[in-house]
Parts: sequence; C-alpha cells; structure tokens
Amino acid sequence: MSGSDPSKEEFWRWQEYHRIVPDIKWSSKDVITAGVDVGSVGSKAAVMVNGKAYSWGITRTGANSPESANKALDYALKDTGLKVSDLKFIVGTGYGRVNVPMANKAITEIACHAKGANYIWGPSVRTVLDVGGQDIKAIKIDETGRVVSFLMNDKCAAGTGRGMEVFADLLQIPIEDIGEISLTVEKEPEPVSCTCVAFAKTEAMGLLRKGWSKEKVLAAYTRAMAVRMANLINRVGLERELVVTGGQSKNRGIVSRIETILGVKCLPMPNWREDGLDPMVAGALGAALIGKALYEKAQKT
Amino acid sequence: MITCGMDLGTQRVKAVILKDGKVVGRAQGFSGFDPTKAAEKAVSDALKEANLTLSDVKHFSATGSAVDMAPYANSTVSMMGADAKAGVFLVPAARTIIDVGAEEARALKCDEKGIMVDFVVNERCAAGAGAFIEAMSRALEVKLEEMGPLSLKAERASPINASCVIFGESDVVSLIHRQESKPEIARAVFDAMADRVSSMIHRLGVNPEVVLVGGVAKDVGFVASLNRKLGLSVVIPEYPDYVGALGAALTAASRAAKEAQ
Repeated sequence: MSGSDPSKEEFWRWQEYHRIVPDIKWSSKDVITAGVDVGSVGSKAAVMVNGKAYSWGITRTGANSPESANKALDYALKDTGLKVSDLKFIVGTGYGRVNVPMANKAITEIACHAKGANYIWGPSVRTVLDVGGQDIKAIKIDETGRVVSFLMNDKCAAGTGRGMEVFADLLQIPIEDIGEISLTVEKEPEPVSCTCVAFAKTEAMGLLRKGWSKEKVLAAYTRAMAVRMANLINRVGLERELVVTGGQSKNRGIVSRIETILGVKCLPMPNWREDGLDPMVAGALGAALIGKALYEKAQKT
Repeated sequence: MITCGMDLGTQRVKAVILKDGKVVGRAQGFSGFDPTKAAEKAVSDALKEANLTLSDVKHFSATGSAVDMAPYANSTVSMMGADAKAGVFLVPAARTIIDVGAEEARALKCDEKGIMVDFVVNERCAAGAGAFIEAMSRALEVKLEEMGPLSLKAERASPINASCVIFGESDVVSLIHRQESKPEIARAVFDAMADRVSSMIHRLGVNPEVVLVGGVAKDVGFVASLNRKLGLSVVIPEYPDYVGALGAALTAASRAAKEAQ
C-alpha cells in the first residue's frame, strides 16, 4: 500500500483466508459435512470429516448472498481434492442462510454458534458472546452446546463488526490493528456517552480537534462498545465459562475490556493465525456438526 | 418590548426577534465549529431585518443543544420548554408537540398555557433524526431537499434496514446495484423515521392537536409517512424550524415583563 493515496486505503478491509488441517485423511466412506455461514459482512464455510474440523474459508460477503455462499464453500474446499458432491450434508446458517443454494437445511446462527463454541472450547462453555457484522448475541448454552436462552441487540451498529469497520476508516487504522492500538493508551479514558456510529463520524473528529490522540479516541469508543456487550451478557445472565465468537473475537481491545468490566476471564483464544481453530468460523463449524447429526439420523431411518 | 430568542442546534443556529408579541425578524445559519459566532451572526441578521440594533433588545434568552455557547444570553430555557411555549402560541389547540431536528427527536405533552406536562426524547441515535435523511440522500445520490418529493412517488417502501444509519447506508448501496427504485428506498427511510417518532408519541398518549416542528417538519416525505403512521394530520406552523427560537423569545418577553414589575 506504500505510496498510495492514504484517503483511498481501505482500512476496514480484513484478510480473507482458507486453511486445511494437516494429518486428516478422508475417503468416500467418511461422513464429510459442511456448514456455510453467510453473515452480513463475512461469509464463512467449514468442512468436517467425521465431525472433526478439516478445512475452512473466510471471505467477504458481496451484494449477492447465493454467490457469497458459493464463494465461501469453494474457498473451504480449495486444495482439498473434495468436490461439493462429496459432501454428505450441507447446513446453511447466518443472516443469509435462506440463500445458501446448495444447503440441505437452514439452521439459525444462534444454534450453530452455540454448537461451534462447544466444539472449539469444549463442554465448560456456558455463555457465548457472538459479535457479528450487524448484530450482537449473548447465548447461554449447556454442556452439549445446546442453546438454553439468548438475547440479541440488533438494529444498531454500535459494537458490531460493521461499526468497527467504520471506526477503522474514520481513524485510518487498519481494522486488524484497532484492538491492540486501543490498548496502547496510558490511562483508560471515560467511554463516550453517545455510541451511535453515525454520530461518531462527527464526534470523533471533534475529539481529535480538541487534541485527543487517535488511540485515546479509539479507546473511548471501544470502551463504550464493550460496555454495551457486557450489559447484554449481564442481561442474559453471565455464567462461566465465557467465550467470544465472530469477527470481534479477534479484537483484543474489545475482549479485554469486556473481561475488565465483567471481572471474569474469557477462555483463551485459539491461535488461529498459526494452526488453531478460528472463532470467526464457529457458526460454520457448528453448522457442519449439526449437518453430521442430521445426516446420521436420516441414515438410521 | 423587544426580546430575542436564540436556538443553538447541532446543525443550525436560529434567532428570532419579538416585538410586543409579534415576530419582526428571523435569521439562521450553520452552527459550524463556532456556534457562538454563528449565533452572533444570526442575531445581527435578524435585527437587520427588524431594523433594530443590539441595544434595543431588552432580554436575550437561549435554548438548544449548544445553549452553553450562546452569546448575549440573559437567561436560558430548556428545549422542551421553548417548544411547548411557542407551539401553543402558534397553535393554541396544540397538546402534543413533536420536534424533529438534525440529531434528536422529542415529543412532549403540554397544557393550554404552553406548560410542558410530560416528554419523551430520542437522542443519541441518528436513525430517528434528520441526520438519517441526510445520510440516505448521500447514499442514494439524491439532493436532500429532493428526498421528500421523491418518496411521494412510491406506492410501497423498499425492504431496507432502515433502523440504523450505518446498516441503511450499506443496504442502500446494494439495493442500488440491484437497481431497486429510489423512490421506494426514500419512502422506506421516512417510514422508518415515522415508526420511531410515532412510538415515542404513543408512549405519551396521542392528544390532538399534534403539532410538528423542527427542521425535519419541512420535509414533505417525513410528514406524509408520519401522518400515515399516526392516522391523523399533524399541524405544521409556518417556519417550523424557528419554533425553538420563538419559544426562547417568548420566554425572554415574559421574564423581561416580570423584571419590569
């Protein structure tokens, strides 16, 4: 990006990637299933072999949901040798789940995130905070990953992935760095009182003009967003262990502030950059697992 | 007796000069980064219209979100108090007053003397205020003042996420790619705003006459959606954007009269 016009840089743009877990071999006898999670911002697909994560792909959602679903699944299947026809069962989930053309069934993302969180972190998880592109959900689950209750904050961009993208652009900080950068302030500022992302566009400029550093502005907004998320968790009833899924699970600025506000530690984030599972694909992993169960049930009858 | 009311809003500063119960001057300008200066300019323009000077003004009263930055002010009045006072002054039968401004919407209940009885405010969310129309007009690439007339051409509202400016903006972009009708999108914007405002009024109880004031009252698209939603015709006074400033000028007049006694 060096030498390009900084105003044209897309600070909101996050990295698309795909991964294959080594050492897993598949044959046509295996139960191979997939989950496709078409979110408002990101489309994720995961492939499981006998209920074990095998490969996944994360792409940006375009204007067309079916296309985004196809793109995500193709990305997850890339270099695996698998074809869509090798998949025994495909579950569509997420905001665009009814528009997943190859899916055998559509399941709500709440059930899928619950199941996915249980898969990634194990049976001790009781509360899942899923921060998606356009909504925030606090989900209570049991030891099998089944949903007990949930609360959702929708119809407001404050705290969502989309809201964070707007901040990244506004402050001209790459989105993947905003979490760490928000933590570089010496003293945590008071959270901003107005969380409306639309107003932030003018208010943040006012704070910068008053002499606040970018880091301080970002910290004040991140804090306000974390307060909203913590409130949602408290309303659903916090029970340990707590985990965060969705794109914002990668935002240390958000997660660590939620931990401070609630006074509990979240279960540690898998090392998704190296070889760990990615909490952003929790919904797709859960969908693939539910797909396996549905396939096996259908085989029995 | 000559008094002046100033309304320092988030987007515009308005000034009204009142002489013996009659408006003799009014002016407005953008608040910008220096609302004090903007208010001084609006007052001076309004005085010019009235052929008066600063020294003729007996009492200045200020209201609005930037009330702390008002010049000349002898006193201040709450935004709700100013709306109630001026609303009943202009429309004596007014019992519910809705004020939709650039960044805030308010609804209040008042008595026949123009005293506020109860109120509801929608603040800190752009979706219920004028900022929403502005953001959407930018996304639609339509001039702000054309949004209203455009929306009136639609038979139905387009299915957009019209409850948040940020989501609405992204929705509009993808709808434009799909060549959805701009009038229907504009209608969805006004319908969503009308939903928010009418739910505020229902919390107060609908007491006719319902008077709509504030800058957004000048938007025919919003008025049509609100009337449809409420199932009645709201009354819009002439110069609805000056109602806050007028309320301040009226307050100034009664305070000056009290001081004179």
